[in-house]
Amino acid sequence: MLRGVLGKTFRLVGYTIQYGCIAHCAFEYVGGVVMCSGPSMEPTIQNSDIVFAENLSRHFYGIQRGDIVIAKSPSDPKSNICKRVIGLEGDKILTTNPSDFFKSHIYVPTGHVWLEGDNLQNSTDSRYYGPIPYGLIRGRIFFKIWPLSDFGFLRDSPNGHRFSDD
Amino acid sequence: MAQSQGWVKRYLKAFCKGFFVAVPVAVTFLDRVACVARVEGASMQPSLNPGGSQSSDVVLLNHWKVRNFEVQRGDIVSLVSPKNPEQKIIKRVIALEGDIIRTMGHKNRYVKVPRGHIWVEGDHHGHSFDSNSFGPVSLGLLHAHATHILWPPERWQKLESVLPPERILVKSEEE
Repeated sequence: MLRGVLGKTFRLVGYTIQYGCIAHCAFEYVGGVVMCSGPSMEPTIQNSDIVFAENLSRHFYGIQRGDIVIAKSPSDPKSNICKRVIGLEGDKILTTNPSDFFKSHIYVPTGHVWLEGDNLQNSTDSRYYGPIPYGLIRGRIFFKIWPLSDFGFLRDSPNGHRFSDD
Repeated sequence: MAQSQGWVKRYLKAFCKGFFVAVPVAVTFLDRVACVARVEGASMQPSLNPGGSQSSDVVLLNHWKVRNFEVQRGDIVSLVSPKNPEQKIIKRVIALEGDIIRTMGHKNRYVKVPRGHIWVEGDHHGHSFDSNSFGPVSLGLLHAHATHILWPPERWQKLESVLPPERILVKSEEE
């Protein structure tokens, strides 16, 4: 009787470890479902939207300008941020308004990216904490699955002028 | 004839079952618990690689200890290089968030380490590409804590978490 219970417990633990490891490999190397919160990516991603993120681009260093990425927050490694890549290493980023007369630029250093939210008025991003290292990027968001009214691939940035590196 | 075919099928089934158990478990273990790595370069001499290019130390990297990003001053850690995400670098933690440190070769003489960041330096000052070059690094880049030297056998030892005496902090967060 005791041996039966022990046997069942071991089998349960074994299956839990096995499926936990498969889940880790899937999330780490392929992708997963993520729920986003916060207003900084409106209107592309609203609060409480559920999206699909893939991690293959990060491993093959295929992140490009205009991609929406999930990254670890530079000031709090336990939380994630979701922003759009505006500049890659070497790009020239305009840090003043396009309408200002005296323009100031910053060059993105090697190994770093410049992130901005689509909702420029309400987003804490690289304009506040500077460029972040590429190593903090976790994955690329490319598909929205909830709400169903907005199901499909994600739109391009509404702030088109941010991509000109003149 | 039917018997030997049944044997092959059963063998393949057992192989697939074992494969799909062993590979994810091994990968998860190497990613989350511990792995082993060879150290290259002279930036951590004399603690690591004192023999230069003749013999590279092999260290045990403990991921489990840093799963909550908890490190102490003096720990030897491996992290993703902020300048080159394809490379991992191994350095010693000198200062934690909130500490004020006097730098050696950085553009600012004194730096306060921002929230969520750490200051790392190699033990071999002058031959080390560390925070004196690229500034404080975000804790999100932390990869593992190097706890032991495993090879060569005459260098088996536990790596101590001790701050080099000349790198006393100007002001630590606890004061």
